[in-house]
Amino acid sequence: MGTYLSKRLVNLLTTLLFMSVVIFLMVRLMPGDVVDIMLGQETAASEEVLATLRRQYGLDQPLHIQYIRWMSHILRGDLGLAMRTRMPIQEDMLRKMPITIELAVLSVGLSVIIALPLGILSALRPNSLADLICRLLGIVGLSFPDFWLAIVLILVASRVFGWLPAPMFVPFFENPLQNLSQIALPAFALGFRMVASVMRMTRSTMLEVMGQDYIQVARAKGLAERYVVVRHALKNAGIPIITLIGINLGNLLSGAVIVEQIFGLPGLGWMLVNAIHQRDYTTLQASVLVSCLFFALTNLMVDVLYAYLDPRIRYV
Amino acid sequence: MSKYASLADRTNPNSDLPARGERTTWNSLISFFRRNPIGLLGAIIILLLGMTAALADVITPYRDVDMPGRRLVPPGEEYFLGTDELGRDMFSRIVYGARVSLWVGIVCVSISLVVGGTLGILSGYVGGRVDSLIMGTMDVVFAFPGLIMALVIASVLGPSLMNAMIAIGIVLIPVFVRTGRAPVLAVKEMEYIQAARCTGARQFWIVLKHILPNIATPLVVQATITLSAAILIEASLSFLGLGTQPPTPSWGTMLGSGRRFLETAPWVAIFPGMAIMITVLGFNLLGDGLRDYLDPRYRFQT
Repeated sequence: MGTYLSKRLVNLLTTLLFMSVVIFLMVRLMPGDVVDIMLGQETAASEEVLATLRRQYGLDQPLHIQYIRWMSHILRGDLGLAMRTRMPIQEDMLRKMPITIELAVLSVGLSVIIALPLGILSALRPNSLADLICRLLGIVGLSFPDFWLAIVLILVASRVFGWLPAPMFVPFFENPLQNLSQIALPAFALGFRMVASVMRMTRSTMLEVMGQDYIQVARAKGLAERYVVVRHALKNAGIPIITLIGINLGNLLSGAVIVEQIFGLPGLGWMLVNAIHQRDYTTLQASVLVSCLFFALTNLMVDVLYAYLDPRIRYV
Repeated sequence: MSKYASLADRTNPNSDLPARGERTTWNSLISFFRRNPIGLLGAIIILLLGMTAALADVITPYRDVDMPGRRLVPPGEEYFLGTDELGRDMFSRIVYGARVSLWVGIVCVSISLVVGGTLGILSGYVGGRVDSLIMGTMDVVFAFPGLIMALVIASVLGPSLMNAMIAIGIVLIPVFVRTGRAPVLAVKEMEYIQAARCTGARQFWIVLKHILPNIATPLVVQATITLSAAILIEASLSFLGLGTQPPTPSWGTMLGSGRRFLETAPWVAIFPGMAIMITVLGFNLLGDGLRDYLDPRYRFQT
């Protein structure tokens, strides 16, 4: 397990290194640089002033020097200053991260609690009425764009229950109840598609596993059916299900871009989209990097969990 | 059959077989739909959608950019689905939007299918260093969160429909590399490939004539399912203003601008979203049906 883990960690580091280079280059490719955007179009600043400013921001240096500078700051935990506000990005990021994490964990948790039992039920009674309903829900749910569901939810909540998205976000530790009331609907909107996908995956892998010989053996030796299902079938069906949950979690942690916009939740995705719209390249660079980091870390977690569940993987 | 028999197995399999063991395209189409009500439903939705897109000029009372009425008129007799914030007919715009969405799906999937499929076949067939290089690169691309990557690429290229399609196409490439590579690894070891080699056939010819037809099935299924992903991502990009630019009627853009009038005129956001859902549902149903039908693992599920 030790060698496996260290191998994976090295792998993660190289991937992150590649990612940082790609992100850095992509942001450099965007039209205009920091100075152009700061001064705006109508500026009458002379070439001399522009050059001084560029020197001040290190933009006169060759690309690789700029990259190394950026990286060395990041490794010291300094994400730089936001271009518009001239405030440290990491402070802003630390305020926004918890929202995204809370939203992701809540919607993944919610969807797993709903999806797993439904998927198992569906697989144990294939072609029953319950199964058909689950399959239909599964495929319809998979086709539900989360941003549309978010809009419909807001509409229903405001028309029927008089609920409105609060103008200001309240952190969990300030007022847990109000926080949860703000985050419940977006979590549901994000979780709905996940319910569908996890349920479908659970059904198909459970179906495959339930036909295996060792299930027959487990039954033949007189195990209660629920032991057969939970201990023997679910454990073996677990890996693809965990992968799927991991992918979903990674996607959500890297920023629920649109749902955060719709509900006005200032999370990582919100930060990223705003940075694009405001052409705030330093913030964009930092938030894309952090979002990729989260995505990669979730993938690593899934891989490690795999190796733990299935010893065969460790020795490949 | 055990209690885990699939729905398809319940029907008499013999009745679906074409006469004299002949398996023509037409016969297999009929048998596909007969065994597969889900796929049939999907195909009907896609067909209707395609017809809507093709006949948009005939069906709609107005052109997509016409502004015939007052702003934000609710759905009713005058305007079937109401009007939007500029007084344009929602129904006409949604019908024209079908063109954009289908076009997006086809272009994005073509980009990723051609590039990804080729790379996958190359990777699997040549093996060795080429394989590790291609798969290593794909692992890095795959390590990026998809939607975020599409967002960044689209904003690097600048907001336009074409750029959004390129961005989506790039993001979806690794899916097809993987789908293409795995079956090639299995097929290239088969005897008939060796036989073809013995006859002195060129490598390119072997791939085109002997490998490609045998790996087409998973690629086709993947392409169908990926179509819905492409349409969803385009809607997301357009929603954020990074995809299709106004006045081109994209469902995502319409949904995005309709969001601002949610309290007073919910129809501006609701109907385009419904159109996206139906389209995505159609491709998902068709893809599911195709997979169930073509993948023997699903067909003879025990």
